[in-house]
Amino acid sequence: MQFDFDGSAPLYQQLAAQIEEMIFTGGFDEGAQVPSTTQLSQQLHINPATVLKGMNMLVDEGLLEKRRGLGMFVRPGARQKIMERRKDNFYNDYVKKLLVEAAKLGITKEHLIELIERGEHDGTIKH
Amino acid sequence: MEQLSINHISKRFGRQLVLDDVSFTLAPAKIYGLLGRNGAGKSTLLNIITNRIFPTSGTVKLGDLDTNNNDDALGKMFLMGEANLYPKRTSIRRTFDLANEAYGQFNYQTAARQLQEFGLDDQQHVNDLSTGQRTIAKLVLALNVDADYILMDEPVLGLDATHRDLFYKELLKSYQAKPRTFVLSTHLIEEVAQLVEHVVIIDQHKVIADDQVQHLLDLAHTVSGPAKLVDEYTAGLRVLASENLGNIKTAYLLDDLDDQRVIPDQVKLGHYDLQHLFIYLTSGGEHNND
Repeated sequence: MQFDFDGSAPLYQQLAAQIEEMIFTGGFDEGAQVPSTTQLSQQLHINPATVLKGMNMLVDEGLLEKRRGLGMFVRPGARQKIMERRKDNFYNDYVKKLLVEAAKLGITKEHLIELIERGEHDGTIKH
Repeated sequence: MEQLSINHISKRFGRQLVLDDVSFTLAPAKIYGLLGRNGAGKSTLLNIITNRIFPTSGTVKLGDLDTNNNDDALGKMFLMGEANLYPKRTSIRRTFDLANEAYGQFNYQTAARQLQEFGLDDQQHVNDLSTGQRTIAKLVLALNVDADYILMDEPVLGLDATHRDLFYKELLKSYQAKPRTFVLSTHLIEEVAQLVEHVVIIDQHKVIADDQVQHLLDLAHTVSGPAKLVDEYTAGLRVLASENLGNIKTAYLLDDLDDQRVIPDQVKLGHYDLQHLFIYLTSGGEHNND
């Protein structure tokens, strides 16, 4: 497991985001157990309260579930949920930023569409 | 477990004021950072809390009881300090036995495992150890004493990166096995930033911050962009420091951002870390680069 933290957001959010990414990319399967708060805390040298806050965030979002006495598990359907949320955010996270940068550079709408088509053509975008 | 409160502690050594009306509270079962530059008064404070030296004024209370000369209360606190108070040929094992006599329930089993992981032997004499090894012996002692408040003064003094890493891991293990309060007094902020839940920052002999780490970091904003726009945006907010690079100014805030204020397009918001927050808070404007 590889975690990488910076100062961009609260630590518990970064931790939650990285576990989410691992669920999304198949690092943790649906129904599989994720490392415990204790394990993560000791491995990453992060205060257990912070780790717990991050895990609880994922529980609240319906991505993880607590099984009493057993630990935390990835909920069935978690991947689909992440996918839907990311699709919802795609416009804000990517399209808007793309347009702002394009405007700064004076790239026209036609040119932008051309660039997208070129990207697809070059095969840099995997389906 | 009861909370430990430090109430209006001041300390003078002759004419010099070392602590100036210091107050804060330590809650049970939490990991704290006590941060301050060299000479800020951290060690003096820890020695006062554990009744090794007396304050000029102020009190320390465990629950409602004054800890001064109160053996019951003092038996719940342990200070791992710099001073080496053991007689000459004292073995590490003997320091464990002494702690066991004073506090009871010393965890010999975990201590033995930790010594082995750090590469020490409990028959070695404390005075024969190198600086780093002596720190390890003291850490292992502190992690296994049965006390509700474990105060550590410069806990990683002389430790190499591998051993510091091992210590942080063992600290969290110990804390999770038996939640109790740890106070890490240090100036190595970067390393403990993720470990501690709450910090007390001392500067110029006073407490200048006493807050949850996450709350402080939530207030730690950077605002950068054209100087005029940055100044307009940050007007009335608490700016700790600022830097200019060409026409671009970066202001380091410790404040909530005003949701009502419109952020101009050329102005970027960001965050900075605890280490920088500490520097800006304690440098008294030295870092203003105007």
